[in-house]
Amino acid sequence: MGYALGITAAEFAVMLGLLMGLIAPVMVWVERRMCAMIQDRPGPNRLGPFGLFQPLADVFKFFFKEDLTPAAVDRPLYLIAPALALLPALTTFVVIPFGPPLEVAGREVDFTVAGTEAGVLLFLALASLGVYSLVVAGYASNNKFSLLGGIRASAQMISYELALTLTVLAALLPVGSFNLQEIVAWQREHVWMAAPQALGFLVFLVAAFAETNRLPFDLPEAESELVAGFHTEYSAFRFASFFTAEYVNMATLSALGVTLYFGGWSIPFVDPPETWWLAALYGVVGLFSKVALFLFLFVWVRWSFPRFRYDQLMRLGWKVLLPLALVNVIGVAAATLAGWL
Amino acid sequence: MELAVFALFALLALASALVVVTHRNPVYSTMSLVITLVSLAVLFVLLGAPFIAALQVLIYTGAILVLFLFVIMLLNIGREETGPSSKLSKVPALAAALIFGGMVALFSWRAFRDDALAPLTEEFVSLKALAGALFDRYLLVFELVGLLLLVAVIAATVLARRPRPGEMEPLEPRPEGEAGNAPHRETAP
Repeated sequence: MGYALGITAAEFAVMLGLLMGLIAPVMVWVERRMCAMIQDRPGPNRLGPFGLFQPLADVFKFFFKEDLTPAAVDRPLYLIAPALALLPALTTFVVIPFGPPLEVAGREVDFTVAGTEAGVLLFLALASLGVYSLVVAGYASNNKFSLLGGIRASAQMISYELALTLTVLAALLPVGSFNLQEIVAWQREHVWMAAPQALGFLVFLVAAFAETNRLPFDLPEAESELVAGFHTEYSAFRFASFFTAEYVNMATLSALGVTLYFGGWSIPFVDPPETWWLAALYGVVGLFSKVALFLFLFVWVRWSFPRFRYDQLMRLGWKVLLPLALVNVIGVAAATLAGWL
Repeated sequence: MELAVFALFALLALASALVVVTHRNPVYSTMSLVITLVSLAVLFVLLGAPFIAALQVLIYTGAILVLFLFVIMLLNIGREETGPSSKLSKVPALAAALIFGGMVALFSWRAFRDDALAPLTEEFVSLKALAGALFDRYLLVFELVGLLLLVAVIAATVLARRPRPGEMEPLEPRPEGEAGNAPHRETAP
């Protein structure tokens, strides 16, 4: 019991370190530099090599800025909203396996912080809690722009969660398990899920953009119409919490996409080494190099596409993505029954 | 350890459930309901049913309560004001509470009296057993519930949508004295 708890704590610490210490700051840098590249300007390039220390300066700035609480806000809700953003963002990653299951010192270690049988369902459950931060922030700010942002967020997240969940279920059908480690094993044995379920992956990708509130689906913020949407009234570190949560959510959903459709931590044609720490390194490199490609796509799309109008967003979600996801589930179920997969 | 976790989340569930019914602000009530349901999910995990826990959070907390908040915010419902309520309106509320409480007490008593109910097992709450119950033993009931929900959705859509030109307008309560039962009105009020 104590031993297993120690391993879980260590894995959780590594995961938090990677997400908060590496992905979030690096992504801020990548976002700003790539946006500059796409817009044909240099971007932040003064602090450190290639401006790499810029995120560090940003973090300090967020720490030392004045933490403003407007007088008219609903104080308790206003204060917990940023925590509600970070909590699901930082815990959802626990079900993603980041290495091959191994024996370390005679004990099974499956390189998943929470290797439960409910794996994917737990992921979806935790991820579905993220919307509360947006809605609560929008309500508590007592500001019409924030309120509109919050209302939009709730409707958008619910609509796209349906399509997302349906595609995820379709990806599980041929494997017959909710455990992500087994899904990776299935893909290593057969083929990356993206090949037989290209349609499902497409729907998943679009829904993932909507679930993370990234352009072209960033209606809850929509700076050209809602100032900054649900986080208009937030400053300093509370704003940074929303900011960090967005990047961590992107990384987490990317990791789910990689695990479901692109073989997870496995590297094609290379078997994991026997030594446990080498195997761990192999898994982390395999997973995060693919996640990095996904994140690159997120940034690329953000600076290339215009925003959807709200009615277009709803139409896309309910009249295009949901039927496509249903067709995908039924098709995959039939193919699985017929034994083609 | 397990007992401590159970005690913590059972208390949390009860306390937040109390807040749900007593708080005057509907947003606070909804958020308290979120805490109640997540605490219940933890209790499901303790019972060895992670699937039911995940489904509870995914469906109730992640979808239905978000819709509650959506409606509350869209209609901009403020703090609940209670006017002078008649004593009479408390009678049905009290009766409902008594009936429900009595049922819970009766079931608990019967379960504890002579171990009438076997304790839940891993197999009983597993996903396989759940799927078996839903899609085999209770298939007809399950489908009927689905049909019922579909009917409700269609009815809600019909009620909410704007009538097309030439179609009957929904009946509105008429002021007293005016002739009722006029299904079609030429000019909007």
